[in-house]
Amino acid sequence: MSDQHSSPPLLRLYKVRKSFPSIVAVDGVDLDVRTGEIHAVLGENGAGKSTLMKMIYGALRPDSGSMAWNGAPVSIGSPGEARALGIAMVFQHFSLFESINVVENMALALPGRFDLKALALRISEVSERYGLSLNPWRAVHELSVGERQRVEIVRCLLQSPRLLIMDEPTSVLTPQAVDQLFDTLRLLAAEGTAIVYISHKLDEIRRLCHRATVLRGGRLIAEVDPRVEPERRLAELMIGRDFPETRRRETEVGELALEVMSLSVPGDGPFGTALKGINLRLRTGEVLGIAGISGNGQAELLAALTGEQPVEEAQSIWLNGLPVGQMSAASRRAMGLAFVPEERLGRGAVPPMSLMENGLLTAHRQGMVRHGLVDTGAASAFAAACIKDFDVRCGGISAPAQSLSGGNLQKYIVGRELRQSPRVMIVAQPTWGVDVAASALIRQQLIDLAAHGVAVLVISEDLGEILETCNQVAVIAGGKLSPVRDVSDTNAQEIGTWMAGLFPDATATGHAPDASTGASPA
Amino acid sequence: MMRSPLRLVPRAAPSQSMLVLAPLLAVALTLLVGLIIFAALGHNPLVAFRVFFIDPVSDINGISELLLKASPLCLIALGLAIGFRANIWNIGAEGQMYLGGIFATGLAIWFHREDNAGGLWWLLPAMIVAGALGGAAWAGITAFLRAHLRTNEILVSLMLTYVADMLVKYLVYGPWQDPQSNNFPFTVSFNDDALFPVLAIWEGLGLDSLMEGTRLNLSILLTIIAVPLAWLFMNRSFLGFQLAVAGQAPAAARYAGFSEKKLVWVALLISGAAAGLAGATEVAGPMGQLNDRWTPGYGFTAIIVASLGRLHAFGIVLAALLMALLYLGGESAQIALQLPKAMSLVFQGMLLMFLLGCDVLVNYRVERRRPLHAAADPATTAPTAEAA
Amino acid sequence: MIESLNPLLASALAAAIPLMLAALGELVAERAGVLNLGLEGMMLVGALAAFVAVTHGGGLPGAVIAALLAGALFALIFGFVTLTLQANQVAAGLSLTILGTGLSAFLGRQYVGYRAPDSFAELPIPYLSELPLLGPSLFSMSALGYATLALLGIISWFLYRSRAGLILRCVGESPSVARSLGLPVMAVRYGAVAFGGAMAGLAGCYYAVAQFKMWQEGLTSGNGWIALALVVFATWRPARVGLGALLFGGVSALGLYLQAINVHVSVFALSSLPYLATIIVLVAISSDQNAIRRNAPASLGKPFHAGG
Repeated sequence: MSDQHSSPPLLRLYKVRKSFPSIVAVDGVDLDVRTGEIHAVLGENGAGKSTLMKMIYGALRPDSGSMAWNGAPVSIGSPGEARALGIAMVFQHFSLFESINVVENMALALPGRFDLKALALRISEVSERYGLSLNPWRAVHELSVGERQRVEIVRCLLQSPRLLIMDEPTSVLTPQAVDQLFDTLRLLAAEGTAIVYISHKLDEIRRLCHRATVLRGGRLIAEVDPRVEPERRLAELMIGRDFPETRRRETEVGELALEVMSLSVPGDGPFGTALKGINLRLRTGEVLGIAGISGNGQAELLAALTGEQPVEEAQSIWLNGLPVGQMSAASRRAMGLAFVPEERLGRGAVPPMSLMENGLLTAHRQGMVRHGLVDTGAASAFAAACIKDFDVRCGGISAPAQSLSGGNLQKYIVGRELRQSPRVMIVAQPTWGVDVAASALIRQQLIDLAAHGVAVLVISEDLGEILETCNQVAVIAGGKLSPVRDVSDTNAQEIGTWMAGLFPDATATGHAPDASTGASPA
Repeated sequence: MMRSPLRLVPRAAPSQSMLVLAPLLAVALTLLVGLIIFAALGHNPLVAFRVFFIDPVSDINGISELLLKASPLCLIALGLAIGFRANIWNIGAEGQMYLGGIFATGLAIWFHREDNAGGLWWLLPAMIVAGALGGAAWAGITAFLRAHLRTNEILVSLMLTYVADMLVKYLVYGPWQDPQSNNFPFTVSFNDDALFPVLAIWEGLGLDSLMEGTRLNLSILLTIIAVPLAWLFMNRSFLGFQLAVAGQAPAAARYAGFSEKKLVWVALLISGAAAGLAGATEVAGPMGQLNDRWTPGYGFTAIIVASLGRLHAFGIVLAALLMALLYLGGESAQIALQLPKAMSLVFQGMLLMFLLGCDVLVNYRVERRRPLHAAADPATTAPTAEAA
Repeated sequence: MIESLNPLLASALAAAIPLMLAALGELVAERAGVLNLGLEGMMLVGALAAFVAVTHGGGLPGAVIAALLAGALFALIFGFVTLTLQANQVAAGLSLTILGTGLSAFLGRQYVGYRAPDSFAELPIPYLSELPLLGPSLFSMSALGYATLALLGIISWFLYRSRAGLILRCVGESPSVARSLGLPVMAVRYGAVAFGGAMAGLAGCYYAVAQFKMWQEGLTSGNGWIALALVVFATWRPARVGLGALLFGGVSALGLYLQAINVHVSVFALSSLPYLATIIVLVAISSDQNAIRRNAPASLGKPFHAGG
């Protein structure tokens, strides 16, 4: 951060533009990154951050505009060329092969001789130096998400990069691990590495970064010093207006709707996480959040709860006072269970099918099927009502699901599930990849739903979202579920510790479920 | 690394016009290559074209033969399409067709009378039902293994086709061999009450004079009924919808709670029954017996018919007619030009391969690749915006 | 008693060799993530190419080269349609089989009924071939047989010990990750498809120039499909392909053997044995879904658009 103004910036982007078939993702953006600085690229989902970074990293080619490296014009045709310049990137979705070990993964990305033993030594050196402890001989599928990120970072560091791009690195980390990561990044910057830090988390950026470039809708909005700019101002720059707030509502807690007792399930697939003795109780009117870093058993828990993967012991899951462990997803849906999965395209919706058909997908019990034939009129009316009530921006009921933006498709899916008047609603990652306005709308709907006497279960990686939306919170780590806390009785620090798996064993209560006990929650 | 000057750009949504145009393009390309092959073999391409595609259907007898071949192809392809929509690859329709033929033949032989004076009105309907059951039962083996033991249905259904072939051979060389056949591998010729009546004997509508001497029989009615039923099932029924979801997004089908096992059973039983039905119409139709020369490989060709017809009931009708024409053309070219019969198979393979290739246009646009960045547009000086 | 089993063992091995060749080639292609159901077609094309080469004086080296080239080139049609044009691999593989069956029958019609002027003879290894039990069968194979066993070892080494093999396996696990690391996904997949085709061609060569010593329409009689099943049975591991091929070879040989010693079973029942055995073996391996999921290349059969 010393001689930055005398020499040209390490990387300069000038009026870079990239469009895709349906949108202009990056629209004439300038960016300067200097040696030794941590430069934030701030923007909400869909602002164009990732597209911009992929262009720097050579994974995408700009339609127009130009780039300079160390003052000399440059065109980066592939990730290989980017790496040759000294640009390294840690992706949000890791570029690791699960079936092989750490050192093999690294060997693939590095030029030179294929000498795994020598490489393993170097890995140990680098990882110790930057406080990123790693065992080079472990298979990647055995590693936690946080450890995988370390593998990614160390792999970048082995190439002594001059510019390191970090794409939303903290979404997979506990608050404590975030502090650790920041120490590593500060050390790197002090040694002269330029770091581009992509995020939408304002507090992190204010803590870590020296400068911030704000993007909105693919355009450059401002370049500011985040250390002095108030958080509220940054938020306004990012979303273009006041930050929407959700309104909490007093809810009346009612009957027990969903109960899980000592649920144990083997991991899904060779690299899955086994569930170990999960207990939880969910009453109508409650919003229970399950926090945790993904890959800790969320997928298995969801599959077991929804019936996509029925479990062996019928009595380990109770819905409305009935043991449903062995029931199919269809039977549980018929009993008033609704579910919004985290993958919208391909699971929550069939990408090439119309919104009308995608309504039929789960809402067919709403009088849309007669004598085995589809009542197109009823299905169309249902889809149209979802679109209208939930303000879904789309090309009408015959628009294919894949043509909608992430936020609008999520609104449609949430709407479709809500309109079926569920008694228990399970939502996974409700606002992943959704813009701020739609996120606020969806969260508010979940709160309102509970107020109308529905039992709501939210599984999310976003701790902020859970603290904002839920009345109760538990953490899943390593296939185990923590004790349940009232949101007002806990804080981010405690939850963060729990996310690392450090929680007291949940006191398993083996009561027989009784739908009529309207007891208030602990 | 060398880069091609063209590149594929994904479309925002599948192109509806290309869905229709791609098969036509594939047919055109196949014809073009076919003409080149004819020329390379020393035949006048235009003459060969006429012999292959025009002559076979230039009279009423030709058209009757065309329909006679298109009918079972269409029937089998309709069944297969239902499975293919769900990504259930039954490629053993050939074997299921054999089993349909065997079941129907069993009844025909059981009630066979040397004097051909049976007059059993129910025999033919019973054979039709038996044929469908036979095909469905054979496909049921695949369905059971796939649905409950997760065994690959492609390999199982195909292996069962080889077994079915052996079963036919065993029967016609063994227990079902016509005693008066001098050890040739065929059964007795069926009695009249075990055969579909040919349309030529129908006196209404002037069919008797129009169709005189042709072999087209009443079984075509089964196909004519099956087409709209298949359309209704695929496009309007909830089960058809579930199958389509399972094919396009299996995770969505699990999410919605559609039973995978049930869908596997439905798809395979329907396609097996359709193939078995086709088998019954063959033995009780143009063959008039069961023999080991069940040549044309309808069960495999129907895979192409289903793909070319876009897994759509009406598309399949057109594709079946085209494929039947290829068969007839092959026969006609064999006689007139001494071209080997395998020519038809070459055409079929090319057609499917071209179709699969052309299908890229449904989901992608072909675009000229932009030249790599010119060297002289420094970010440090005034930039020149590069237009695409 | 043991001596009377020798012909059985020898013919089991003879039946196993082409299955092994074809399955090893397919294994490499599938490890790169490409499912090519066109084995039967590629084998037929390779068989015809080898027979034509040997008939026109190319000798045995000519036959081998012709089979390798024909198989590889024919496989590249499939490669272009599925890798560049993104077509469904299942359908394209079927179509390759149909095309190969038709093309070989069409082009090979004037070769039907002739004997190969030259063919692979058994090359007994001195002393070893006189060992009791396995000696006479294992150590008096044709050159093609020995080459196949060598290839088995080479492919195992390549997949698990070489950098290129690591890259190939990784491309099969996740082409998108491989691409983001700058690995040449397309080149690897094209190479694997061509290699699979060449190996299938060689298997065809074995039928035409070593086993039957003639050309005939469809002379592979479904063995391409059995080789496909073998890859699943082996859960994508080369050594198990070797074992599986011997097992299948044994079943086929058993049929012939029983016929030869006049056991009173229908010849048609015996002929269906390999197909039934394939189904039984597939069912057996399917019962261990975890082994399949752990070993199957994760991207197998899925189209991958390389983008820009």
